[in-house]
Amino acid sequence: MNYTGLLDWIERTFTGGVRCRLDAARRVSEVDCDRGALAEVCRRLFHELDFAFAGLIVEEQPQTWDLRYVFCGGPEAGWVHVRVEAPIEEKLFPSIVIESKIPAADWHEREAEDLFGVRFAGHPRLGDFVLHDDAWQEAVEPMRHRFDAQAAIRDRKPRADWRPRRVVQESGAFMMPIGPKFSGVTESVHFQLETVGEDVIRSWTRLFYKWRAIEKLAEGKLAEEALLIAERFAATTAFAHGLAFCQAVESIGGSAVPRRAGVLRVFLAELERLRHHAGAIREICESTALAVATSQAALREEELLRVSGELTGHRYLFGLLAPGGLLTDLPTPACEGALRRAQTILARLDDLERQLTVSSSFLDRIEEVGVIWPGTARAYSLVGPVARASALRRDLRCMQPYSGYESLQFDVPTEQEGDGYARLRVLFAEARQSVRIMEQAAAALEDGEVYRPAPLVAGAALGWTEAPRGATLHWVRLDGLGRVQRYRVVTPSFTNWHSFHLGAEKFAFQDFPIILSTFNLSVAESDR
Amino acid sequence: MSGWVLKGISTGIKTTAYPQRPESAAGVTPGLPVGGQFGAAAADLAQRCPVHALEEARGAVSVDYRRCVHCYRCVRGAARPIAWQSDYEWAGLAGAVRTEDAFGQAFSHSIHILVVDAGDCGACLNEVKQLNNPYYNMHRLGFFITPTPRHADILLIVGALTDQMRVALRKTYEAMPAPKRVVAVGACALSGGVFADSFVCAQTATDVLPIDVEVPGNPPPPLAILHGLLVAVGRKPPASLLSAPP
Repeated sequence: MNYTGLLDWIERTFTGGVRCRLDAARRVSEVDCDRGALAEVCRRLFHELDFAFAGLIVEEQPQTWDLRYVFCGGPEAGWVHVRVEAPIEEKLFPSIVIESKIPAADWHEREAEDLFGVRFAGHPRLGDFVLHDDAWQEAVEPMRHRFDAQAAIRDRKPRADWRPRRVVQESGAFMMPIGPKFSGVTESVHFQLETVGEDVIRSWTRLFYKWRAIEKLAEGKLAEEALLIAERFAATTAFAHGLAFCQAVESIGGSAVPRRAGVLRVFLAELERLRHHAGAIREICESTALAVATSQAALREEELLRVSGELTGHRYLFGLLAPGGLLTDLPTPACEGALRRAQTILARLDDLERQLTVSSSFLDRIEEVGVIWPGTARAYSLVGPVARASALRRDLRCMQPYSGYESLQFDVPTEQEGDGYARLRVLFAEARQSVRIMEQAAAALEDGEVYRPAPLVAGAALGWTEAPRGATLHWVRLDGLGRVQRYRVVTPSFTNWHSFHLGAEKFAFQDFPIILSTFNLSVAESDR
Repeated sequence: MSGWVLKGISTGIKTTAYPQRPESAAGVTPGLPVGGQFGAAAADLAQRCPVHALEEARGAVSVDYRRCVHCYRCVRGAARPIAWQSDYEWAGLAGAVRTEDAFGQAFSHSIHILVVDAGDCGACLNEVKQLNNPYYNMHRLGFFITPTPRHADILLIVGALTDQMRVALRKTYEAMPAPKRVVAVGACALSGGVFADSFVCAQTATDVLPIDVEVPGNPPPPLAILHGLLVAVGRKPPASLLSAPP
């Protein structure tokens, strides 16, 4: 179904309470609806037209609440933004998790309730999410414009009696807490595993220990300053996030970046993906204690970090992006040199894959472990390699091409099983595709400028990229002086952490670290 | 399994010669700006720094390494770019040097390190992980990562010290036996980095814990972190955290 077909369909299906508008340049269909029609519009988009739920953006306007439910379709259908408005004093909205049966929206509603104080009728688990109850009282609502950061820090009333919820009630049941500080070099996150012995019956993930409130922090800053935050809040995939932010700002101004900048951006984004995937493969080998394989993957990761450092100055590709292009040009011969080294490194990664696939002790640990069924992946609108390992062929580079991906040839590797091994195979296959894209990008490099300042315009737009861990969305609203009024980030780790507990349940304790590594989740990216 | 043995042997030795000899491979460090005399261009240069790492006085620009986040804006697009060094021995001693509970001789070649992520973006942590890869292999220097505070001699902190991590961080520190040292790694732990203005982040790790060694960088490359550990046990001299013109 294409844009016009979609709008016809919406107007045919809903006679009252729904108004449509098409923004063809940005491939966005805006559907304004009344609170009464919201749940039904979302339900049909998600369940009948197979749109993915991509995120919820809450904006506090002077007199109104503005809620924007973002859905993503195929390349023909584009994006659908379902918008609902309400007077600022009315804070109750229908929960699309409950009324439209969209589990993917669960954490978005919980976050909105915690940070803005808007409520979602019938949602059973609001509270104690981003703001932990043992650190903050209820009704702090830090994302509201009226929030006074200093006063809130002074008047803290944490709940001293807070205790985690126990669910498993059988005799002999116990709960194993893990983290926030656990194991060797790990990010801070807390798990509670409930069991009566060997298998994890219920798993609960508590995130946001590392919440840095970047969306609040960005408000009032100039776009170039906010870009520093976009690059640095989840810096293992800094370029993908920085690029999504820049594309949002460029979309507001309606400007295109110079051709050479677009090609270089693709080249660097794929270099980052390749390096990230080498690291993800290293984590999986490490979780199964396969020492030589871990070292082999670690060598490739370090080599790719050095290639990035030599080419751009920075091992994690900081300080290259700017709204309007790139801050500095990269000489074509240097890019070609980086490509040749990436090809050599890829050949060694292929070697590693061949050797792993005949190591039965390794396969026993990851095969049929941490399974996410295709139906679950769809219901949770999972993204990235996790989704593609569960037969969900979703990749924003194909679905909503940006920065010239539409003119490149590449495959989107998918697997059917949804287990740890499927996720590992997807990582290896995507690494091959990344080098294939880098080859085409290097061949397409033409001389020219790399920076054309974006015009300063007030407005809001969505920027997106397929980050190494999956789809990321950056919503930016600028005022006429180029200052950020609202910044909203939806990250692949936030999306995929939501389903992680399903992968961990029903498996044994000793599988837990392996399942965790195959999900390849970043806490920083989720906590923001 | 013999395949893995052969693979391991055929890979050969990849490990850096540092700290015996400097590492000269390309791409091992992002480098840092160097302070200098810039005359009339100094004010503009200092203005370009979004995190106030550059300070200007009478045409001279000095750089506070604890603040630099490698945005390269004092180089890329600057009318008169600042000089850039590609060193990695960046670790310096924090303000007050602790003299009580000195690490004895027994510690100099066997140190157990506990790594706490206090709000990290993932990059510092990833660079700490690289210390165990064959290129750096910190085991050869007697440095080991431990998962438990009870066995730890050094607490290595990465990240912007968020509000909701404070309790865990303090408890971890208190659970460590004396003598102990704290190494803060990365601009976010030293100065808040780009998160300094956030209402849930500490301005600097010293607000929360006594810090002994500071490793600048965003993120510091593995060699800089290694230098920080060597400084903490007295096997390398500390560097200056400020780059001022002579």
